[in-house]
Amino acid sequence: MNARTESELLAPPMHSPAHLSNTHLDALEEETIFILREVAAAFERPTLLFSGGKDSLVLLKCAEKAFGAGRIPYPLLMIDTGHNFPEVTAYRDQRAQELGAELIVRSVEDSMARGTVRLAHPGESRNAHQSVTLLEAIEEFRFDALIGGARRDEEKARAKERIFSHRDSFGQWQPKDQRPELWTLFNTRLAPGEHFRVFPISNWTELDVWQYIEREHVGLPSIYYTHKREVVERRGLLVPVTELTPPRDGETVQVRDVRFRTVGDITTTCPVESLAADAGDVVLETLSVDVSERGATRMDDMTSEASMEKRKKDGYF
Amino acid sequence: MSATTTATPVTADIHGDTGTALRFITCGSVDDGKSTLIGRLLVDSKTVLQDQLAGVQRGGETDLALLTDGLSAEREQGITIDVAYRYFSTARRKFIIGDAPGHEQYTRNMVTAASAADAAVVLVDATKLAWAAEVEDGTVVKRELLPQTRRHTLLAHLLRVQSIVFAVNKLDAIDDAGLAFERISTALSVFAEAAGVEVAGIVPISALKGWNVATRHADWVGYEGPSLLELLEQLPVTVQDEAVPFAFPVQWVEKFSSSADTSQGRRVFWGRVAAGHVEPGQRVTVLPSNQTATVAQVLSHTRQPKAVHAGHSAGIVLDRELDVSRGDWLLAPGAFEPVREITATVAWLDDEPLVAGRVYWALQGHRWVKAKVARIVDRVNITTLESEPATQLEANSIGDVVLALQQPLAVLPFTQSRALGSLVLVDTATHKTAAAVLVQPAAAKA
Repeated sequence: MNARTESELLAPPMHSPAHLSNTHLDALEEETIFILREVAAAFERPTLLFSGGKDSLVLLKCAEKAFGAGRIPYPLLMIDTGHNFPEVTAYRDQRAQELGAELIVRSVEDSMARGTVRLAHPGESRNAHQSVTLLEAIEEFRFDALIGGARRDEEKARAKERIFSHRDSFGQWQPKDQRPELWTLFNTRLAPGEHFRVFPISNWTELDVWQYIEREHVGLPSIYYTHKREVVERRGLLVPVTELTPPRDGETVQVRDVRFRTVGDITTTCPVESLAADAGDVVLETLSVDVSERGATRMDDMTSEASMEKRKKDGYF
Repeated sequence: MSATTTATPVTADIHGDTGTALRFITCGSVDDGKSTLIGRLLVDSKTVLQDQLAGVQRGGETDLALLTDGLSAEREQGITIDVAYRYFSTARRKFIIGDAPGHEQYTRNMVTAASAADAAVVLVDATKLAWAAEVEDGTVVKRELLPQTRRHTLLAHLLRVQSIVFAVNKLDAIDDAGLAFERISTALSVFAEAAGVEVAGIVPISALKGWNVATRHADWVGYEGPSLLELLEQLPVTVQDEAVPFAFPVQWVEKFSSSADTSQGRRVFWGRVAAGHVEPGQRVTVLPSNQTATVAQVLSHTRQPKAVHAGHSAGIVLDRELDVSRGDWLLAPGAFEPVREITATVAWLDDEPLVAGRVYWALQGHRWVKAKVARIVDRVNITTLESEPATQLEANSIGDVVLALQQPLAVLPFTQSRALGSLVLVDTATHKTAAAVLVQPAAAKA
């Protein structure tokens, strides 16, 4: 997989003590598995949010270790905006099938057909509207715990979130009134209609995720690694040229070597320039990067300092 | 006492695992500069990325505190409401910081952060203390620390945060910084000694200017010890409680299946070893059923056959089918005497006060039992450290209570075992987590 020798991997000036990473990854993995088992045991109808992205694939890897291959005791849930990269949805379906896991897909388009989601204009990003479809799915299946692959290093509002994050009957996060979370004595008590969002990889960083992907040979959708793609430069981002995101007047379409650091809705996700062909390459790039994962790749978070917090209060994952 | 001798030496006698990340919290009173300190640690360790730095620049000035205050309500009010977790690393170590709020109103969030921490950095704002007053009518004026400095130190100590470090901040804003540091560190040492708190170091810093934060600021205020970050690089992670017999709370029962792990038709009991260690051949007693069995097989957290020590997850297969469910405990036979009544120190976190006679849910390990507050023994006066009589415990107060339990639990004093000595109380009506409960030695306050 990775042709470099160990000494080459240790050679560059790094912020991260590479020689310590195994102990550290073991500790993170163990914490994650403990939380995944707690959800299986403490809730009646849990589900694991699974997008086919790297964080949810790492979660799934830990779930395989926690429960044994092919015996994950909860269904996987995907909220589909209809604007996904085909490589990602294909990989999502493949992994779910390989694991023998039940995959539930609920789509924003169905919510639009029902009239519960109304777009301000046809070109509006459907990303924020996922909350509506997600809450509808929670009601439909009466889920009481939703496991998500969010990390605290992603964003400032995420950095504040508990591992077991209580949501009221409107699915709302109440950042000023979070339950204390003492030791690992998780208070999972709920009133009817309420649920928890649970984040087992809260304490992982982007670098930890990539080091784990490398160590455990976690397979990822191909667009996480270098490929040639048509893009335009817009406000410092590389915007992928797709049917949904066509070039604007005056923009020049270029073919660049890129990879995605994060994948989500096509209309809000941008790749970065990269020749990284495997997880080892990405680890090295991540060590020397000077822009955050969201800063480099997300169009929607730049609009407001508090956009993630606001969306989470509305029930966003 | 001089400034340099009040700080405990920190280099020679520290042993332990520094290979895993150190989880530490920053705490102390409002505006003592916690968010600025963390911003400084992140910037000086080059963890802050360009886009994040751009996000905290206002009119050409960098406001380091904005790196951590992530909620819009926090930016509106200019205070920290809930814990922000931050990650950074140096060439020597990874760190997880919990930036705990200073406001008394949000003490529960500080306790949340402290319960998972290996170390606590208590920030002290030198500009807020009456350190300068020397004598009045020929007597030394008592130099008071701020109540939140005392409260947070006491809470961190109660929760057995392994290393407590004082960082005396804003000394750059004081003319006679050397004298200020000497007097403040003396006051801290006196307080710590009275409270029984062992101090891992007292470091003079300027979070704003970066002095003694990541790198040493030579020849300043007579301090010759390590920078705060150098000190943190050497601190040990929490050591597991030694010399406690085997105890194991059952988290999840894996039912019969055809997989190799359960091929004998027996169930696997998963959980985290609370104390001692487990290996095949050991005898265990089940609480509450009191049945006894022998451990037939032990699996590590990733399902590999392996003996497992305290603090780590294990899967246990017994040599016979017993009635064991989530919440039960597997215990070394004869080592524990389950009790129906405990005396405990509680940190009360709910806005509704604790009142004698009320019934709460109590959680120990994975076991929920009803607990009734039989009586309130006393409350700690944060200023004097004296116990005083109390009829209820208000939010953010600390006191001792007697709890009557609906079912017996195996407990040990929290000072002997974190896992066996800690519980939480949950309000039966609102489901809010109301208290951190730390079991006292049985005879101490009966």
